[in-house]
Amino acid sequence: MMDFIVIPILALLAATAVTVARIRNLWAAVMFTGIYSFLSASWMLILDAPDVAFTEAAVGAGITTILMLATLSLTPRRHRKSGRLSSEDFEERPSKSPLVPLLIVTITGCALVYGTFDMPHFGDPNAPIQVYPQPSFVEKSQPDMHGLPNVVTAVLASYRGYDTLGETAVIFTAGIAVLLILRKNTDDQGTSESQSVTGENA
Amino acid sequence: MNSFPIIRVITKLLIPYILLFGLYVQFHGDFGPGGGFQAGVIFAAALILYGLVYGLPAVHKVAPPKVIEKLTALGLLVYAGTGLACMLLGGNFLDYDVLNHGILTENHFLPEGQHLGIFLVELGVGITVTAVMTMIFYAFAGRERVTS
Repeated sequence: MMDFIVIPILALLAATAVTVARIRNLWAAVMFTGIYSFLSASWMLILDAPDVAFTEAAVGAGITTILMLATLSLTPRRHRKSGRLSSEDFEERPSKSPLVPLLIVTITGCALVYGTFDMPHFGDPNAPIQVYPQPSFVEKSQPDMHGLPNVVTAVLASYRGYDTLGETAVIFTAGIAVLLILRKNTDDQGTSESQSVTGENA
Repeated sequence: MNSFPIIRVITKLLIPYILLFGLYVQFHGDFGPGGGFQAGVIFAAALILYGLVYGLPAVHKVAPPKVIEKLTALGLLVYAGTGLACMLLGGNFLDYDVLNHGILTENHFLPEGQHLGIFLVELGVGITVTAVMTMIFYAFAGRERVTS
């Protein structure tokens, strides 16, 4: 029964990925990445990872798509003499032979697949991740956490709380960096606007 | 997008439920799936949706940029402050066992110990993620198109 849902979703994921790679219109490509994220979210929900599905749906399908569209709407449509890139620049296909990149990608892919052979089988009960903390977090988290039932939250915020602090700091730093790059200086705003207005008048 | 009445009305209908779902994911994350990061992005998605449909000035009224900027740091401070509080109470950094207080802990009425620590830490994550996502949206939406 599950196959009726799983196989179409995976097929659509593959089709969307190929479409994103092949399509030359950047606006359509952004929308397709959004669709891809939404399909991934559905797929993760089937894999019993609803919190990852939340994140994928909200960040991948929602916020990232909006930010990509905002970027496209901010960048100029026409090719400029200053050498700035625009979406029209990508209408032409690359003139060089695709064989060398294809070869490199194939070799890298084979190496990665070869590397996965050494990994424990998916869901293997004897895998180190299942065996290592003895007794496992699943068994000891409930008494440790004063009856908190969610093991994922317990691992994330308590057993590995220091890592999560670092991740929060990374998000904070990334936000500050985006702000430093993108934000208009409010002091400059008035003068630059008046300059552009006078420039148009002239 | 301001001129489409269907989009405006549907947005107004949806936003309360998105916010409520964000709060649920945040505060029920100890029991069900979810947590600070997920709640933060859902909350930010609601703010961004409002900004997209009703324009940047409207969403600036709801969440002023200056407040949002300070919230990015506040979330991180809540997180690190929880760790520091644990140290001040005599434990290790982020060792929530020292947060046991024994007040009204029947039936999880008030969280205590590890549970309280996780609650505070997730709250910090949620605040930072909401603020950073909203701030990035403001930064993008606040810029004008480069005229060619």
